[in-house]
Amino acid sequence: MLLFYILTQISVAPLNIVIPPNVISNIIIPPSEVTAYDNSNDGGDRINVEWSLSPDDSLISGYEIWRSEVKDSGYYKVGYIGRTNTHYQDIAEVKEGVQYYYEVRCRTSKYEYSEFTAPSEAATSSSQWYNTYKTNVLIGLIIFSFVVLFAIFQARKGKTLFIRKINGLDALDEAVGRATEMGRPVLYVPGLGSIGDIATIAAINILSQVAKKTAEYNTPILVPNCDPIVMSVTQEVVKEAYLEKGRPEGYNPDNIFYLVGSQFPYAAGVGGIMMREKPATNLFMGTFMAEALILAETGNISGAVQIAGTDAVTQLPFFITSCDYTIMGEELYAASAYLSQEPMLVSSIKGQDYNKLILIFFLILGSILGLINNDFILNWFHN
Amino acid sequence: MWNKLLNLDRRWIFIVTAICVILPFLFPIGFPTNVTPPTQRIYDKIESVTEDGPAVIVSFDSDAAPLPELYPMAVSLIRHCFINNTKVILWGMNMQGVGIIQMALEDVKKDFPEKKSGINYVLIPYLPYPAIIIMKMGEDMHKAFNTDYYGVSIDSLPMMKDIRNFDQIALAVSLTGGSAWGTWVSFANQKYGCKVATGITAVGAPDCYPYLQTGQLVGMLGGMKGAAEYETLVEAKIAEKGLNFKTRKAACIGMDTQSVVHIVMIIFIILGNIAYFVTRRQRNVA
Amino acid sequence: MRKSIPLRICLVSGIVMIIQFFIPHRYSQTVYNYTLDWLIVSGIFAIVIGLHSNFHLHITRIVRKRKGWGYNVVTMAATLSMAFIGIAFGIGADSLFMKIYRNIEVPMDATMFSLLGFFMASAAFRAFRAKTKEATVLLIVALIIMIGRVPLGYFLWHRFPELVEWIMMYPNMAAQRGIGLGIGLGMAAMELKIILGIERGWLGGAGD
Repeated sequence: MLLFYILTQISVAPLNIVIPPNVISNIIIPPSEVTAYDNSNDGGDRINVEWSLSPDDSLISGYEIWRSEVKDSGYYKVGYIGRTNTHYQDIAEVKEGVQYYYEVRCRTSKYEYSEFTAPSEAATSSSQWYNTYKTNVLIGLIIFSFVVLFAIFQARKGKTLFIRKINGLDALDEAVGRATEMGRPVLYVPGLGSIGDIATIAAINILSQVAKKTAEYNTPILVPNCDPIVMSVTQEVVKEAYLEKGRPEGYNPDNIFYLVGSQFPYAAGVGGIMMREKPATNLFMGTFMAEALILAETGNISGAVQIAGTDAVTQLPFFITSCDYTIMGEELYAASAYLSQEPMLVSSIKGQDYNKLILIFFLILGSILGLINNDFILNWFHN
Repeated sequence: MWNKLLNLDRRWIFIVTAICVILPFLFPIGFPTNVTPPTQRIYDKIESVTEDGPAVIVSFDSDAAPLPELYPMAVSLIRHCFINNTKVILWGMNMQGVGIIQMALEDVKKDFPEKKSGINYVLIPYLPYPAIIIMKMGEDMHKAFNTDYYGVSIDSLPMMKDIRNFDQIALAVSLTGGSAWGTWVSFANQKYGCKVATGITAVGAPDCYPYLQTGQLVGMLGGMKGAAEYETLVEAKIAEKGLNFKTRKAACIGMDTQSVVHIVMIIFIILGNIAYFVTRRQRNVA
Repeated sequence: MRKSIPLRICLVSGIVMIIQFFIPHRYSQTVYNYTLDWLIVSGIFAIVIGLHSNFHLHITRIVRKRKGWGYNVVTMAATLSMAFIGIAFGIGADSLFMKIYRNIEVPMDATMFSLLGFFMASAAFRAFRAKTKEATVLLIVALIIMIGRVPLGYFLWHRFPELVEWIMMYPNMAAQRGIGLGIGLGMAAMELKIILGIERGWLGGAGD
């Protein structure tokens, strides 16, 4: 892949550049009333330019935006935007604190131009320390975090919390036990996600618990990876699990390996492992796409017990059809709390539920207000 | 007999499916294709772009696997842009995607030998971490890519002189077998207001509907059906302009196959259910 | 130490990135851009780790003549020959590299994807049974979608595609949004737990 990338960078082909003529047409009337002003909520590197449409807007292709640091001379082009537009945001190396003037002119498809407009008043860009457009996000973040942290502190005080039964997670023990009885390995497929995907992190959390069980029962675990960073983490997690269970000799780094980075070659590789190694238990956890059914059906043919867990909604029907148990959507994220029963983790799920209630309240309120043509909630969330 | 059917070896199903896939290719049926609104909206958006106006991005964000569904979409979209003299930026979030979009470009260029790189279209090379690249495109494309696929500086390309960020992009179409369209929606649309559409495999299409309703996706080409619909629209455009192209309607031919296979699958499901109920009754009687 | 240091790095960088999100100032943008650049750089190094693992796995299996080692020989031969052809003859549009890519890699990938059609047929036959009332509703809706999504549906009744669009737009979307909201909240809670070091499974479990 690296090689492919390098090679794509070095192939060169000749280019036939045509420089358009610069013809001024007196027939086309230029736009008017050019104004320029600092863009708010930015890093001091943007200026907004606005103008009134040319009366000949329908005859032209668009508007060229020119800029200068002196009002009467030294203008150079900084941008172009198609006709019917009256706004352009200048981002061409705008420096904070420098005064800029703007002129606009029309351009036709044959590269004929109108005269320039009169220069705008000076505009100066400045940085801001807080993005006011994100106030709703900040309030949401504070409420969400507060509710989750409150639930965690409640758990610290020793309050017991109920978490409903998740069959797929309960079956993990039994599935690993079956592999031990049959003397065959457990296959753990962490999906196509990268380490930045929450589903992959959830999958790694479950792997940690599964690896502790395979270490306990002395059953081999195979983990084919699609992403090299995920591979490094899964190796570490399985190693730690074996160490924790006092069986470091049982850990085989060759069993946790990088297979391939592409979707279907990965599916082919995992399918091959299923048919050759005949694992007694297949666990599919993480991000899956169209390869989900290929993996699950191949596992079904090989006769393995299968448990799948994903937040990819479109793949859930395939897993439900072909696997013995399926962990759906947010259940995947709850897995580490459920399996470890650590009060701090379980309580965070409670906090998540409280947040869900708040969201449902706003959904109902927004729907009712929407019915009476009041878009306050909608606009508040949208902005 | 019903018990036998209930435990039918899956290889029989595979054989019947294979026959149903092959036969319509040899003996095309030619079912008529109707155009659905999500497809029409993409077509209309590209139609609304004026010559020398903003550009259209066609990004092949997938490897070669979903090629039968996505490749006809890429060909039709590029062809449509070329017919209208609309500027096109071709890219791929995926390493193989760039190679595939180049293949589609070469195919379409057989009908448009006058179209030149840097003037009518720009092919962008693969760069890792596509989400970051999209964000950089939103800021300044000239900083996001230093050169085009052929190693020519972006700054020196006439077409790119007026294209700096998504303000000069009329539409970005992400062709994907996965969730790459979501990356475009999250970053190009939500962060920079770029209009985004997708061409997606049929299996991933249900995911897109919430985004179509909110307008975060302008339109959608859903699977082979969506590809066939766009082919039909572009074919009508070719006829309207009186052009003489050797258009191969790959997706429309594929739709015959899909129709037959769907019928066979429905028959299988019905037979499976009959067998299930008959055997259950026999068990209950016994 | 081995866990406490990564946990502290995670806490600090997580909080810094949250704060950065609300600050548009150019200093904040510089921090953000540096972070993105570092991500790209570390991603490229990770490819090297992946390649090392891949070569190690296949070569070990070949040397030890493990069961099925012939497959490993094929994989290594394909990888190395493609690399050699690319470097020696280039990867232009008409190069040998692209010819192999178009005529071998592309059909093989498409074949794997096409297997889905066969598996869908067998899975539907095996699992799509009207065992309960809910399953019966699901079955009927599935049949409508299957007919309406192909030209045959339009051929049989011109409003079939509209019915399918309605099903996709409303009942389908209601379910999708319900699951989606739960997933969104679950993700946010998970991120919070990771940043605060409450969730440590990704480091191999609890403890220091």
